[in-house]
Amino acid sequence: MDAMPKWADMLLVPLISLLLAMVISALVILGIGEDPWAALKLMVQGSFGSTYGWGYTLFYATNFIFTGLAFAVASHAAMFNIGSEGQATLGGLGVALVCLALPWPHWTVALVAAMAGGALFGAAWAFLPAWLAARRGSHIVITTIMFNFIGLAVLNYMLVNVMRPEGSMDPASAKFPDSTNLPSLHDILALVGIPFSKTAPANVAFLVALVACVLVWLLLWRTRFGFELRAFGKSESAAVYAGISPTKIIVVAMLISGGLSGLMAVNNVMGEAERLVLNSVEGAGFIGIAVALMGRNHPLGVLLAAILFGFLYQGGAELALWTSIPRELIVVIQGLVILFTGALDNMVRMPIERFFLWRRRNAQAGE
Amino acid sequence: MGDQAPAIELRGISKAFGPVQANKDISLSVAKGAIHGIIGENGAGKSTLMSILYGFYKADRGEILINGQETQIPDSQAAIAAGIGMVFQHFKLVENFTVLENVVLGAEEGALLRTTMSNARRHLTEIAEEYEMDVDPDAVIEEIGVGMQQRVEILKSLYREAEILILDEPTGVLTPAEADHLFRILRGLRDEGKTIILITHKLREIMDVTDTVSVMRRGEMTATVKTAETSPEALAELMVGRKVLLRVDKKPAQPGRTVLKVDNLKVVDDDKVERLKGISLEVRAGEILGIAGVSGNGQSELLRVLGGIERATGQVEINGQQIDLTGRHSDGRSRRERGIAHVPEDRQRAGLIMDFAAWENIVFGYQWDPAYNNGWLMDNAGIREETEGKMERFDVRPPHAHLEAKSFSGGNQQKLVLAREIERNPDLLLVGQPTRGVDIGAIEFIHQQIVDLRDAGKAILLVSVELDEIMGLSDRIAVMFDGKIMGERLPGETNEGELGLLMAGVTNGGSA
Repeated sequence: MDAMPKWADMLLVPLISLLLAMVISALVILGIGEDPWAALKLMVQGSFGSTYGWGYTLFYATNFIFTGLAFAVASHAAMFNIGSEGQATLGGLGVALVCLALPWPHWTVALVAAMAGGALFGAAWAFLPAWLAARRGSHIVITTIMFNFIGLAVLNYMLVNVMRPEGSMDPASAKFPDSTNLPSLHDILALVGIPFSKTAPANVAFLVALVACVLVWLLLWRTRFGFELRAFGKSESAAVYAGISPTKIIVVAMLISGGLSGLMAVNNVMGEAERLVLNSVEGAGFIGIAVALMGRNHPLGVLLAAILFGFLYQGGAELALWTSIPRELIVVIQGLVILFTGALDNMVRMPIERFFLWRRRNAQAGE
Repeated sequence: MGDQAPAIELRGISKAFGPVQANKDISLSVAKGAIHGIIGENGAGKSTLMSILYGFYKADRGEILINGQETQIPDSQAAIAAGIGMVFQHFKLVENFTVLENVVLGAEEGALLRTTMSNARRHLTEIAEEYEMDVDPDAVIEEIGVGMQQRVEILKSLYREAEILILDEPTGVLTPAEADHLFRILRGLRDEGKTIILITHKLREIMDVTDTVSVMRRGEMTATVKTAETSPEALAELMVGRKVLLRVDKKPAQPGRTVLKVDNLKVVDDDKVERLKGISLEVRAGEILGIAGVSGNGQSELLRVLGGIERATGQVEINGQQIDLTGRHSDGRSRRERGIAHVPEDRQRAGLIMDFAAWENIVFGYQWDPAYNNGWLMDNAGIREETEGKMERFDVRPPHAHLEAKSFSGGNQQKLVLAREIERNPDLLLVGQPTRGVDIGAIEFIHQQIVDLRDAGKAILLVSVELDEIMGLSDRIAVMFDGKIMGERLPGETNEGELGLLMAGVTNGGSA
């Protein structure tokens, strides 16, 4: 029997972790002479208080959903894919190449093609580390980290030497044609008569991310392949006994993971920047790890955690804008949340487990 | 003797792990200079009790008296200081150290090894002579046999001047002859005044060697009796709490056509060591071929090759059709499609996914079967329904399909695996250690299922290190030693002595 009920595992533990991170953050803010309560109010106001705030929060969340799902899928196959950053970078390249390749007739067609391009490039970037892990036993953490750097270098080369428009000094691609511009949430919600901020970057990619959550859930828990993937992740020796090929699982799981990372580019490159710039991923690949850890590698958990981190990003930006709390401190707060929800999970989990056991024993003794 | 304080006295020891009460108010008294057996099923609390005595766990309640003195044992150092030595089931030896180095390890007399070593060599030779344990102090552990390694473990304790020796399942890795040798040593130690506690689940050993025996069941000490005044049947009943059939009830086999034909099977492992050195055998429909042998002599590799997990050279035919052994065109799945079902030796690492629910485990290995799928998606509802039927027919308790495999007891986990494999109605069933870590009550049921499958005209290849099990179930017995089959015997025409010799590699008086 499990030590604690499922709801406690899924909700209580992350919430208490989050609370602890907030308490310590509050102490830090107090320490530099600012009012933590006012800071929290500002963060909430700034990210959820207006459709403008929501627009940014959901924009960041969309990035984190893709990278979080990417990490979760690999995790279920016991692969620690730390290479989302590089895979999303290459995904951006794929999206940009697709968008600039043809005079797309309509954004829907462009979106489908760009998704294919982004996913393909992201998956390709995950393929070599996956193949090396499956065939040569190379450690996936090492290879994917290295591929992050190589990916950045590839992007740099492509932007400076290949994709930079003639005469431009900026290492960036040309602006994508207007026909590839994705509708923002403002455009979409206007269809049903809901007013939404016109300037906020959240766009149709958020809906794509929601669909991805459902598809990942279906894949992992409803398909044969997902069954085999999870079985392999739990016990490689048992998987081999059952005739499941480790090579196939590792490679395909990493391809899916890389593909999801690459899809992120539909949001930040195609949806927002509308051109390809250096460092467009901005660490979202690494945040995805924290998001997946906090979300227990479950798509629903990933969705919720991604919105939380979207809030931290947007709220943090507001703090930096309106208070004297330095930008670095906001990174500290984000770091604390990652530390508590990801790395220090057991610290919170064990006492809670003990509490539930104690309660159950008392209940039994009382019978 | 009579008025002497007991070597060990436990009073009211209790220990709980979370909601599990591993030891409930246990009291025990072991006289000095006795061999005391503790017998019980897996999970009865034997190991917990001994871990408390050796300082690994702290009891929630109760006291320990050593030679009449109340003693606190917070860690193993304290246990050693109190004169307690422990020989674990899995030896704690440094493989590339010599015997002498292993004995000294942790008991060095100072920063410089030289004097320690020469003192130790003298002392060790004295002990070895006194108790007639011949070991070469300079032999390297990895180059000596398991029986010898176990003696080193005992010497380690004696070197630390242990007066009380605890042995946890000491015969699991030994041949019958080695076990007899161990028992001779134990009797010698007893005659020198040492106190010995022997933990085992084998009734025969208890009857052979102990003076008194305690039975544990579900964390409680249910009885302590003089060995001379009890019987295996009585002990089994005390262990399980009801009458148990110790013998398998089966009709003579009616072998039909050949289902499995193995010819000159060879396996070379990653270190270029030959694990199987040309195995040939046949199993016919409606018979059980038992493979006897001490663990590690190639039985596992044989099962793994036939189950499609490991590669090999040679020829294997199933129902007259050759199967691929190179792994290029075959794996566990293709074996299953050929009608080979496999109950692996290690159900926790291979047979089951411990974190998966029972219903997921019940299709594990067969998830590709169209019966379990609706097009792209798996038919989870259908699988759950089917699982409930299987759990009921195989008496898996508790019968809840949503529970994770790890929350079932060893016996019920094994029933889950058997339900899955047997209900596929395979032509050939490979079974490894069907009752390892399984409680006596479930053993009876599991044996019956295997015999029923045989009676249904299926071929069964049984691998077990339990000689009783091999003798009881098999229609023919093949003995493996060092990757070879030493010979085949019929259970009715052989005895444990003869099989024991074959298991040690001895044929017709000459060593192989």
